[in-house]
Amino acid sequence: MKFFKLLVLIALNAGIFYGLNTKFGSIPPLGKFLAPSQGVWQNESSETAEATLWLPGLSAPVTVQYDENLIPHVFAENKNDLYRAQGYITAQHRLWQMEFQTMASAGRLSEIFGEAALNYDRGQRRKGMVFGAEKALETMAEDTEIMEYLQAYSEGINAYISELNQADLPVEYKMLDYAPEPWTIKKTALLLMYMTDMLAGGDSDFEYTNALSLFGKERFNFLFPDYFDKIDPVIPKERDWSEWQVSIPDTPADSLALDQLAETMEKPHPDNGSNNWAVGPEKSYSGNPILANDPHLGLNLPSIWYVMQLATPEQNTFGATLPGALGIVIGFNDNIAWGVTNATRDVKDWYKITFKDDSKQEYLYDNTWKPTTLKVEEIRVRDGETYLDSVYYTHHGPVTYDETFISKRGGEGYAMKWTGHLGGNNQRTLLELNAAKDYEEYKAALTHFLAPAQNFVFASDQGDIALWIQGKFPNKWEGQGKFVMDGSNPEHEWQGFIPQEHNAHIKNPERGFVSSANQHPVDENYPYYVFNDGYDTYRSRVINEFFRNKEKVSIEDFQALHNNNYNLMAAELLPVMLDSMDTSTLTPEEMAIFENVKNWDFYNDIDDAGPSVFETWFDTLKPMLWDEFSNKDLALDRPFNFQTVRMLTEHPDDPFIDIEATPEKEDANDLFLASFKKAAAQIQEWSKEHGEYHWGPYKATYVGHLLQDLPAFSRFNLPIGGNSGIVNATSEDHGPSWRMIVELSDPPKAMGIYPGGQSGNPGSKHYDDFIDRWAAGEYLELEFVPYGEELTSKVSTQVLKNEE
Amino acid sequence: MKTLFNLILTAALAWIITLFTPWWGVMAAALLVAVLVPLQGLKSFIIPFMGVFLLWAYQAYSLSSANDFTMAEKIATLLPLEGNTSLLIAVTAFIGGLAAGSSGMLGSQLRARSKS
Repeated sequence: MKFFKLLVLIALNAGIFYGLNTKFGSIPPLGKFLAPSQGVWQNESSETAEATLWLPGLSAPVTVQYDENLIPHVFAENKNDLYRAQGYITAQHRLWQMEFQTMASAGRLSEIFGEAALNYDRGQRRKGMVFGAEKALETMAEDTEIMEYLQAYSEGINAYISELNQADLPVEYKMLDYAPEPWTIKKTALLLMYMTDMLAGGDSDFEYTNALSLFGKERFNFLFPDYFDKIDPVIPKERDWSEWQVSIPDTPADSLALDQLAETMEKPHPDNGSNNWAVGPEKSYSGNPILANDPHLGLNLPSIWYVMQLATPEQNTFGATLPGALGIVIGFNDNIAWGVTNATRDVKDWYKITFKDDSKQEYLYDNTWKPTTLKVEEIRVRDGETYLDSVYYTHHGPVTYDETFISKRGGEGYAMKWTGHLGGNNQRTLLELNAAKDYEEYKAALTHFLAPAQNFVFASDQGDIALWIQGKFPNKWEGQGKFVMDGSNPEHEWQGFIPQEHNAHIKNPERGFVSSANQHPVDENYPYYVFNDGYDTYRSRVINEFFRNKEKVSIEDFQALHNNNYNLMAAELLPVMLDSMDTSTLTPEEMAIFENVKNWDFYNDIDDAGPSVFETWFDTLKPMLWDEFSNKDLALDRPFNFQTVRMLTEHPDDPFIDIEATPEKEDANDLFLASFKKAAAQIQEWSKEHGEYHWGPYKATYVGHLLQDLPAFSRFNLPIGGNSGIVNATSEDHGPSWRMIVELSDPPKAMGIYPGGQSGNPGSKHYDDFIDRWAAGEYLELEFVPYGEELTSKVSTQVLKNEE
Repeated sequence: MKTLFNLILTAALAWIITLFTPWWGVMAAALLVAVLVPLQGLKSFIIPFMGVFLLWAYQAYSLSSANDFTMAEKIATLLPLEGNTSLLIAVTAFIGGLAAGSSGMLGSQLRARSKS
């Protein structure tokens, strides 16, 4: 009996130990998690204190001065030391995020989350993310200089990881109960693939094929034209291309494969985009070129960007880095500044594959059977069995869709051809830009950059401004890749690439400025076939109008333009909607809402109710108009806003306007009224709970933590105006992820801000300390000091040394 | 006197041991102290419980107050304790106490059995 009591106590202790040391579902292991000596209490820390730290492999000590914003200013004797320190310092502040993003890229989230992430991981593997990273590694492996820096960077990160104990781990590891693994060069390649997928991973080939078979060719072309009449392309229309010798492949005569797919993989968010611009000396208030950039991405914490100054005696660069990649991605040095926007182009095509039999070992090509290559993807699943996924590769690329994944057919599949799989050396482009001193060096740096294609804006202290649309673009026949193609037909293959020197570009244009906002790169006169699903049609026109109407431009003008909330689409559509409304049928409550939008000035400002009404109205109207596209059995994309506006304003009696489900024949006016009533009901409903429907609270922009917007680590209800399609492109969860303005004076003057903070630790005051200033349209002064000089805003210094 | 001695010794040893071990060092500390300074009945649980409860409450409070409870507030939202940091400190201390109390009970019982 007495020993029974002992046994019970032993069992109780074992139970308590197990219970407090084990993760149950989403509940972290509470003992480990809450113990003050090792748990979250150890993450209660804001500042990087003065320290001398040990970083093996350094050839000389590296000094890191932190300013009041926790921006590290890194001074190293040479580039090897510089990138080693960059790895170490970045890991110090952003380790969890850098690793998590590469695991997401590689399709390894099941190792952290278990079965819930399996479908996501399969998608990542099946679209060849690892395949693409390996191709990039092959290219980089031939570049010994880049490999040396990548190795130093990895070793820097690993030096930091190796000195961590449980107490020092970022809080996310503690919550999810796992630990970091060593960094590798491949992880950097995976991070670059993550960006490539985010920016160049979209296509609508299946959706367009479905629309083509549903509506016919004439209607399809009407809904999805290659160009619109009002476009204001990146390269001004005046550009004459006639001096080029260009050959374009002939369009094959045979018909397309009209296959139908009910569902496709999730695509990159359509609000991923950006603005950039630069003015030359004659348009600048000071005579110095000025450049600005604001990439629009998902608003996340920790932020996608980490700001650093990286200096050696030979080069001194400042700007936004991507944690996980070498060097500055968007920034400036003593002589030049550069920025990027996404140069979307259709660089992902799909080929229908006919397998010989269910074994999928051979597929039809040019009337013969070609062998496939099998890649068995091993997906480790936390607390579960490892999942083996067979992915067959053709010479086009991986067969993403087959009967095991989304597609329902056996014996057939769809292979992806993507420039993301070509294997570029993007790191070289970035490092050469970091060191570039003039236009020629900028131009040379770009040639290594294949995907994701970017509009690289440039300005130099020699007075040059330029913009190259850089990427590797297939030289397509007219219409190639808009629809699913026949993988057995050699004529359907990409027939080559547009030569580097024929990538569209402009230097010192007469109009005195260059700009890009994800719009059409060129107009129809460009000799090559250009197509993409979804070019900007609004921001670009507002930006270019702004510069055309100004003699001289100041930094304040640049700031005002970043924060410009003018809604051009509303200005082109709303007057027609208002005119058509028969207000006699409105209730007094609806009438009050109508008055708000009627008196609106087309600016999506936070304390105005007009934008809330317009945006809700338009969001209701669009699916009502394109009801033909709500189809359970077919994946379809609705036409873009520009074409939606055109349909409503110029073709009010088109058959598409009619709502199919009703016996009546509706015209545009009927839709305006019906959608208004529906939108008004929605607004009233919202108001009941939240009060005044001003645009700020109504839009309720938030910056969400990378772990599915975990509320405790996210920021909500930020008072910022704008919306997608507006220069201040801040929608609910997307927007300017880094705003930078640089004047190429001597030395350069620069400012920048992003919606986050330098620390990745939610327990740090620097985790989200830029957010309020970002929302208010403010900037941080970026203190760009010469090599080794003391910052005026210095808060602490770390010295990295190769000795203990 | 023995009670107070056990309490102080448990807290002190738990603090020292967990400088070198994971969180379960508090269980080891309570066990060891209870074998050396055994207690009877309910006290064998309550006293080591109190020792580590106070230790963890103090440690959590001092780590967190130095940083304006920035992280504590977020974890108290996550768990969820409605952002109440005092409650989070109490929960933390309770968990440490629970672990120490149960191993203290085991320690006292081991001592009692070894004598019989």
